[in-house]
Order: sequence, then structure tokens, then C-alpha cells
Amino acid sequence: MPRFSLSRRALGATGLALLARPGLAQPAPIRIGELNSYARMAAFAVPYRNAMQLAQDAVNAAGGVMGGRRIEFVFRDDGSTPGDAVRVAEELLTRENVAFIAGTFLSNVGLAVADFANQRKRLFLATEPLTDAITMAQGNRYTWRVRPSTFMQTKMLVEAIRGRNVKRWAIVAPNYEYGQSAAANFKRLLPGAIPGAEIVAEQFPALGRVDAGATVGALGASRPDGIFNVLFGADLTAFVREGNTRGLFERRTVVSLLTGEPEYMIPLGEETPEGWIVTGYPWEQVETPPAHKAYVDAYRARFNDTPRKGSLLGYVTVQIIANLLNKANSLDNEALIDALADLRTDTVVGPVTMRGLDHQGTLGTWVGETTLRGRQGTMKNARYADGADYLFPEDEVRAARRSA
Amino acid sequence: MEWSFLLVQALSGLASASSLFVIASGLTIVFGVTRIVNFAHGSFYMLGAYVAVTLVPWLLEFDRSPWLFFAGVLVSAVVVGLFGVLMEVTLLRRIYRVPELFQLLATFGVVLIVQDLVLLAWGPVDIPGPRAPGLRHGVYILDQRFPAYELFLIFVGPAVLALLWLLMHRTRFGVLIRAATQDREMVGALGVNQAMLFTGTLFLGAALAGLGGALQIPRVSANPQMDLSVITEAFVVTVIGGMGSVPGAFLAALLIGQLQAFGVLVFPKITLVLVFLLMAAVLVVKPWGLLGRPEAAAGRAVLPEGILDPRPLDLAGKLLAAVALLGVLALPLLDAYAVKVGTEVLVLALAAFSLNFLVGNGGIVSFGHAAYFGLGAYGAGLLVTRAGLPMEPALVAAPIVGGASAALFGFFVVRLSGIYLAMLTLAFAQIAYAVVFQWVEVTGGDNGLVGVWPSAWAASREAYHYLTAAVTVAAIVFLRRVIHAPFGATLRAARDSAQRADAIGVDVRMHRWLGFTLAGAAAGLAGGLYAFSKGSIDPTLLGIPLSVDFLSMILLGGIQSVLGSIAGAAAFHAVKDFFMPLTDHWRLFLGLSIIAMVLIFPRGLAGAWASLRGRAA
Repeated sequence: MPRFSLSRRALGATGLALLARPGLAQPAPIRIGELNSYARMAAFAVPYRNAMQLAQDAVNAAGGVMGGRRIEFVFRDDGSTPGDAVRVAEELLTRENVAFIAGTFLSNVGLAVADFANQRKRLFLATEPLTDAITMAQGNRYTWRVRPSTFMQTKMLVEAIRGRNVKRWAIVAPNYEYGQSAAANFKRLLPGAIPGAEIVAEQFPALGRVDAGATVGALGASRPDGIFNVLFGADLTAFVREGNTRGLFERRTVVSLLTGEPEYMIPLGEETPEGWIVTGYPWEQVETPPAHKAYVDAYRARFNDTPRKGSLLGYVTVQIIANLLNKANSLDNEALIDALADLRTDTVVGPVTMRGLDHQGTLGTWVGETTLRGRQGTMKNARYADGADYLFPEDEVRAARRSA
Repeated sequence: MEWSFLLVQALSGLASASSLFVIASGLTIVFGVTRIVNFAHGSFYMLGAYVAVTLVPWLLEFDRSPWLFFAGVLVSAVVVGLFGVLMEVTLLRRIYRVPELFQLLATFGVVLIVQDLVLLAWGPVDIPGPRAPGLRHGVYILDQRFPAYELFLIFVGPAVLALLWLLMHRTRFGVLIRAATQDREMVGALGVNQAMLFTGTLFLGAALAGLGGALQIPRVSANPQMDLSVITEAFVVTVIGGMGSVPGAFLAALLIGQLQAFGVLVFPKITLVLVFLLMAAVLVVKPWGLLGRPEAAAGRAVLPEGILDPRPLDLAGKLLAAVALLGVLALPLLDAYAVKVGTEVLVLALAAFSLNFLVGNGGIVSFGHAAYFGLGAYGAGLLVTRAGLPMEPALVAAPIVGGASAALFGFFVVRLSGIYLAMLTLAFAQIAYAVVFQWVEVTGGDNGLVGVWPSAWAASREAYHYLTAAVTVAAIVFLRRVIHAPFGATLRAARDSAQRADAIGVDVRMHRWLGFTLAGAAAGLAGGLYAFSKGSIDPTLLGIPLSVDFLSMILLGGIQSVLGSIAGAAAFHAVKDFFMPLTDHWRLFLGLSIIAMVLIFPRGLAGAWASLRGRAA
């Protein structure tokens, strides 16, 4: 068993290092704090952490960063509330002596940690929170976001329906910031893509508590031609089942955020609707760059599971971090921030640049249509939408970030 | 709007009502007999769904017949009923002699444990259940299509109601359940085997929750968030109907089902708070719910649960307090993180102390104490971020906001008593939560507001720690003084017997209202301090989970002790802080720790200290 011999070798090395101290000691690894909702959002966060460990080991096996130093992630649960997350961030910075912090899932948690990072003047790489505020109105010098924001993903979808003759639209979104801002972005972008389009109904069920029957009924009653859906997770499954049975989606264009991601596609199973226009991650269809296939194979071999969108995000994040450390060649946070501005990294999905203007990464996502293959949903006609093409316009960013 | 659409929407409401009733009926029966506010009821619902999505597909492999589907659903319900028996026999039975509230803490521990065990057993990915064979299709009602399965669900509620009626009126077990619901002590005095009765009731209650969960699998996937999504609504149904009343729960479920079905048409954004508005309205008009009755024990002299006779600290107590205070002051000698945690413990201790001022001293059990904590935090935070004021005036405003909102809500709350009072505090807390959540322009919505940092002189962790220590210790000493003062004694008198207190000329309602306001102000102050220690405010500060945390703290500390809640806050926070960095499954260990403490210290940490000192608390 290679793993055992490896760990024994590691033990031996540790023993040697102890004996040889202080003269020949290896340079200490660079510790990076990673806090996320591993307990509450395990379906996303555990594949994310798996991929981060995979990437961390790949970086270290290739000789580490900054001329031979290893990187080491310290993972912590953020408790899924801003109060807990800020305490955990404090613990990572003071007790674990991490160089900087990354992670978080929920937008309110991400924003609270971002402001904390600003206060402590430490880099915070917000990986998952989608809220536009984190790079716009509430953006700060120390906070950078990797994933395409709500605005960017909504824009990708609106571009995909440009010019279609679908005039009457209904919106269904979970009643919290993500859902509301996706709905607001959609309303804002729609007239530019389909002149004369109107919103005929809006439904905002409480997150995790959609009353699917009543909601589907209310949407159907407005007789829309198209539906923009922002529901995900358990709400989405309930909504799709109810909508399928009641024929809500028949002869209608449905546009749906995140639905193509394996996290949300797998639970839909054979209920996966046909032909929804979605953002997602058809990992088995991604051919370029070749590094993507290598990453998928390594992930499947090590964890005996298929990669999720979270996995991709985790892997790309580590690649960006390794590149950042090499470029800055320092753990001074001010130097790291300066190096991160417009830093271009070649990742498993191609180049990703951290735009210096609004601290938003240009990581993209895939836009395509849902389809059922066997008893499992997947995407067809998917193409990679590069985030660089969907960023906020520069003057808008300047206006929004003026206070920051 | 067309008639056919309104009809179908009403049918959707009936289907939801039916599902809700099946779950709530179990909760109301368990409460009626055992007086346990069973937080774990939602966990049983979740277990029902998970057992069913495992069992039913396996059964359908043999034959895709509707009978096997429903047999699977019923077996799942029975399995969950056995989980209920397990909880009763191993846990609840051991603590029937301690204050009734303490069992609430134990069931909260079970909630935490089940959440993580479900993740361990079934994994984090939502599991979709199979559709019911023969009921997969839609049925045309006029020109609208309606799911056949929901048509079937509409009839399940009345069927369960009829079966429960038969059970209650035609079997000896049912007669005993009704008798115990009316007067539990009398049933015990007449020689009924209470252990058997309680075990049977828990089986019935858990099985109904499991049935409710199993019946949902063709509609929703089994997911780890199901438990909390259903428990508050189930509570609302039981309270509106009258705790312990099965027909009342049926009526309330019908009301809520229709309210939601048509509410989404008129107010698509506030469906969640509609039910709490309804509950608050019902309780203000009918203090015991629609079909509930005043508690039989309401006029009877019972041994009160809470602070009996506050005495001055003895020498050992003084020493302990001095050591604790010195420890707090010496924390900066340890490390920066210890200071941070110490600051939080101080804030939580003040919040918990203010809650025990209500619960232990006043007999006013609040399930929504976080509302005043959170509103205080918002009062302070909004002044800083929106009005640009510095920290000092904002910290003065925090208790004023907390106290003012407590005065407003308390005006209605103190008219009630017991569990209905607790539920009204919960309703008001949820209404406050909804306001903060929805009023995005002012409060920042669920993203909250950031930039709530202390003034420059208190910006360092140490300086802010000492500021917090000075303020919280002063506030706690003041509240303790109030407990010892005649005002505190009056509150205790009103708690022990409202009628006798009234007879000797005490204005019971006025005193309780003042007490409620004072506790709200103290909680608001704690909230303000908390906001500045975190730098941000958001709606979780008003949420039910934080209210439950506060309750856990005072119960762990011991509600019969004046200072115990401080120890409870410290212990609760320390345990959480110890396990969170260690493992993803920290909720499992937190739950186990709570249950261990419940079993080892059935009178709380302060009770354990008192028995160590060889005297009754």
C-alpha cells in the first residue's frame, strides 16, 4: 500500500528533521486558512475541500511555491453564521498563524468576513459567495472573489436567450439576497436582450420552504411564455416535480441559474427537465484544456466520486493561490494584494485573471441545456462562457466602489 | 382570476394542510401528555423521509404496486416511532423529575445529534424518493392539471384525524392520553403506569412525524435541512389550534394551508411571516389557541421552577466569583484568541443572565429572547453605519432599542402564561426577524451591514475586552441587585401564584411588563456589544437558533440559580468552541455534550455546585 509507506517515510522525515534541528530544518510550510460551511453545506463544501487537498498535494509534489516551500491548508467550519465565522477567522489568524484566509459559502458570512479582513488588513479570497456586493458596493482592498457573481451568471443566461420571441416572463427565486439580486439583474438585463419583454409574475418562496403546489399554481396562472428560475437544492427538486406533473414547463422557455451544476443535477435524477437553459458544469464533456481531464481523472481516482462544481472551484482556487505566492514571493499581505491585481493564472479551465478594478476573478462557467441521459440529468450543447466577457462595466464598478 | 384556478389553488392549500396536520398532530399529542416541547419532532419527520427513501425503492424493486409503496411508508412511520421510544426510554425517562423546561434542552441535543447522524448515514446529497405508483399523473380539474398524489394527500389528513378520534375515544390507551392531557398529576395519582403511557405517547407522536415525512417523498427529496424547515410551522399549527388539541391542530392546519396558498398570490415575499402574524393575532385574541383549554394546573399551587430564595453569596461562592472575575481580567496574558472568546462569553453571559431574569426569576419563558439581543445590535449598528455616530452613543442606544421593543411586544406577551406565552415571544421574534430580513434598504436584508467597529481607543482586542468586561459585569451586578430587591421578590410572587399576588395588591401584569422590558434592555445592551466585537450585524442575530442557544445556556447553568446562567453561557460557548475546529461533526459532539450534562447535572451546573456545597439550591 503506497499510502502507508508514504506516511512512514513522512514519519521518518519528521524524525530526521527533529534530530537535525535547527541547522537542516526544512523551510516551514505556508499555512492558509480555509473556512467554509462543511457541516451545513456539505454537498458543496466536501467536494470543494477534497479538490483543494488534491491540488495542494499536486503543488507540493511539483516542488511547492516560492522556491521550495510547501503549502498547507487549515480547514475550519464557519458555523454558517457571520458571528461564528468571524471568530473562526480570528482563530485562524491568531492561533494557526495562517498567512491569509479563503473560503466561505453564504453571502452574509462572506461579507462579514470580508469586512473583518479589511479591519485586520489581511487578504481574504472569497471563493463561493455569489453576492455582487462583495466586489461592488461593499468591496474593499483586501477582499477578492473567485467565482462568477450573480450578475455575471445571470448575464450569461440572458445572452443565451437574446433575440428569442419570448415576451411574457415569470420569475421564481428564493427569498434572500441571492434570489432577489438574481431577479433584479434579470429584470435589468432582459429588455436589452429581448425588446418588449415584460415580467408578468414574481414568486419569492422562503429558502428551503417552497410551497411547491401554491407556487407552481401562481406562476401558471400568469400564463408566461418564459420562466426564470433561481431555486436550487431541495426547493428546486420540489418545484420541478410539481411543475412536471402540472405541466408548467410545457411549451415554455425556462432559464435557470446553477441548475446544471452536478450538486443540483444529481438529486433531480430522472425528473431532470428537458431543454432548460442553465449555467452548470458538465465535467464529462469538457475537452479543453487537457489539464482538465487530468484533474478529473486524479479526482475520481483519489476520492472514488465524480467532481462537482465545488471541486472545480477548489482546484482553481489553489492554482491561483500557488501562482500568487510565486509571483509575490512574500507573505506580506500588502505585497500579496499588489501581486493579485490582474494576476493571470493558467488553470484547469484555462486562464483566469483577478481583475484589479473590482477584485473579481474571470473564472467562467458553462451555459447549455439540460437533458436526460439514462436516469441521470446532464447538459447538452454546453459551451464555456469566459467570465471576462461578463464582468460589470468599468464605469459602473468605479461608481459602486467609490466609497470602498 | 378564473374560478378553476382559485379552486386548484385551494386544493393545493388543502394538500399542504393535510401534510402539516399529520406532523403537527404528533407534536400536539406528545405535548398534551408529557408537557415536553419536543424540538426533536422535526428530526423524526426528517428520519421518516430518509427511512422511506431507503426502504420504498427497495420494496418497489419487487413490484411497482401502490400497495407496496404505502406499506413502505407505514413501515417507515413505525421505524421512526421506535426511534421515539428509544429517545423516551434512554433519555427523557431519566429526567421527568427535573424542571419541565429541562427536557426541551435534551430534545434540542437530540436535534443536533440527528442532524449529523443523518449526514453520516445517508451523506450530504439530497435523495429524491420514488413517485407513488398509480399516482404519478396529473388529473384535470376543469381546465387545470392537478397532481393525483396531492389529491390523495387531501384525504390523508381527515383519515388520520378519524383514526386518532377512534383511538382517543374507543381505546383505553386513548382515554388515558386524554386524561393525562387534562390533568397529568391526577392520572398519576390514580395509579396509571405513567412510564408505559409516556413511552406509548412518544411512539405515537414520533410515528406520526415519521408518517408525515415518509408521505412527502414523492414531492420533496430527503435533505438534511428538512428538520428545521418543518418544526417551527408544526409548532405554529399546534399553538394556533391549542396545545394538546388534535381537532384544533386540524383546524389550524387548514387555516395555514389556505393562508399560504392564497398568500403567495397577494404577498409573494412574506409568506413565511404570515403564519406568525396569524399566530400572534390568534394568541392575542384567544390566549389558549382556537380549541385549547386553560392548563388544569394553572390555578394550582405547584412547586415553582426557578429561583426560590436568593441569598447573599457565601464564602465559597464569593471566592468562585472572584476567581472567575480575575480569570476574565487575566485573559490577555494568554493569547489574542482567548481574549476574543472571552469577550464573546461575557456578552453571551449578559444575554443569558437577562433571559434567566425572566425565566428563573419571573417564570416568563421566552423562546424569542434573541429578538431583543438582535434589535439592540441593529439599533447600535444602524446608528454607526447609517447615521455615522461613533461607538459610545450607539452603545447607549442599544439597550434603549432592546428595551423599547421588549416593552412593545411585552405588552401583549405578559397577558399570557406558560407555553402560550413562550410561543407568542417566538412569534414576535419571527416578526422582528422578518422585518429586519425584508427591509433591505435600511437593514441590508439578509446580507446585513458591515463596518460596525469600535472607536479607535477600544479598537484593540484587549481594550474592547476590558470595555465589555466593565459593561457586562456592571449590568449583571445591577440585574442581580434587582433580583434581590423587592421588585425581584414581587416577580417571584407573581410567578408562584398570580392570584395570590393579585390578592395582596400586586399589579401582576405591570410588574411582569416592567421585568420583561428590563430584560429586553439588558439583552439589547449585550447585542450592541456583540455587534462591535464582530464588526457586522445580520438577521441571524434575531434568529430562532440563537434564542435556543440562550435557553440552552440558562438551562445548562441552572434556572434555579441567580448566577448559574453565567456558568452555563461559559460552558456552552466553550464546548462549541472546542469542538468546532476539531471536526465537521461538531454538532454531534455539541449535542452529546448537552445530553451528557443534562443527565449528569439534572439541575444545571449551579445545582451541581450547590449539592457539592452540601445544601439545596
